[in-house]
Amino acid sequence: MAKIIVVTSGKGGVGKTTSSAAISTGLALRGHKTVVIDFDVGLRNLDLIMGCERRVVYDFVNVINKEASLKQALIKDKRTEGLFILPASQTRDKDALTHEGVEAVLDELAKDFDYIICDSPAGIEQGAQMALYFAEEAIVVTNPEVSSVRDSDRILGILQSKSRLAEQGKSVKEHLLLTRYNPARVASAEMLSVADVEEILAIPLLGVIPESEAVLKASNQGAPVILDEDSEAGQAYSDAVSRLLGEDVEHRFLEQQKKGFLQRLLGGK
Amino acid sequence: MGILDYLLKKNKPSSSASVAKERLQIIVAHERSTRGQPDYLPLMQQEILEVIRKYVDIDQDQVSVQLDNEDDCSVLELNITLPDAK
Repeated sequence: MAKIIVVTSGKGGVGKTTSSAAISTGLALRGHKTVVIDFDVGLRNLDLIMGCERRVVYDFVNVINKEASLKQALIKDKRTEGLFILPASQTRDKDALTHEGVEAVLDELAKDFDYIICDSPAGIEQGAQMALYFAEEAIVVTNPEVSSVRDSDRILGILQSKSRLAEQGKSVKEHLLLTRYNPARVASAEMLSVADVEEILAIPLLGVIPESEAVLKASNQGAPVILDEDSEAGQAYSDAVSRLLGEDVEHRFLEQQKKGFLQRLLGGK
Repeated sequence: MGILDYLLKKNKPSSSASVAKERLQIIVAHERSTRGQPDYLPLMQQEILEVIRKYVDIDQDQVSVQLDNEDDCSVLELNITLPDAK
């Protein structure tokens, strides 16, 4: 039976799709058969981040409307064994996702996969609610910035009241993923610290992804950043995947890198 | 320049991060307290206020409407502070 995990945030542009791509790739790399679904109907982007945009033939809505089979719509990732992508529809409106339709697709996927990652659209509208409704676990992607933290709290409220588990009187397992973290700015008290965000949202920390040039480079190339093993962001995502799988891994990249003597002398950043 | 910067920073009353944290704690606490309420509550509060105003002159903050859920029973609590009779 597959585990359904939603990657959500409320606010846009905080790194939901980047995180969905990285985490699903990470899970597949550890040998778990994983499918990542783009719920952002009308504004599909996961395909670009995963580098399979030219291989999209059928999409999620086609499958719901029975215009294509799941087998036809699933895109097999070329880099990572055991990873599949179900792209969002580009043309339809967001009302195309129905409860019954989504549930039927998830039930069918659950037979074959270990993990189903739902990449939520921004906002708290139907698409976002649909992405989180069936989830057993939620990764709440948050930037250390006021509007993002506030929106994350809103989404946590929705998870606690409008998800299927909440309706059954149970609760969705919540994880905080802090992205675009800049330790230098935290050190000079210009940015909320991990501890600050943890204190406000009061949910367990899954990982902290440092602000990194590698993320843009990865999206430029259409290769999930977790594959860039030399980058701090890639390593931080890899740690987060380990924690998601229940391993106890120490958090890294929380402190500002000490500048070397030469760097200080030359004034390099 | 470096030393000046350092001294100036030390004298600042509070960092922008701590301002952000304080503002967030207040707004998040407020929003959590209204969470789970039905959407009609603010409008209903407004209409109740208008009915009372027909008879007594009161302010918005003299009426408080609260909805409590206990098991399968919801209690709507209405608190109105009336001004002293003249």
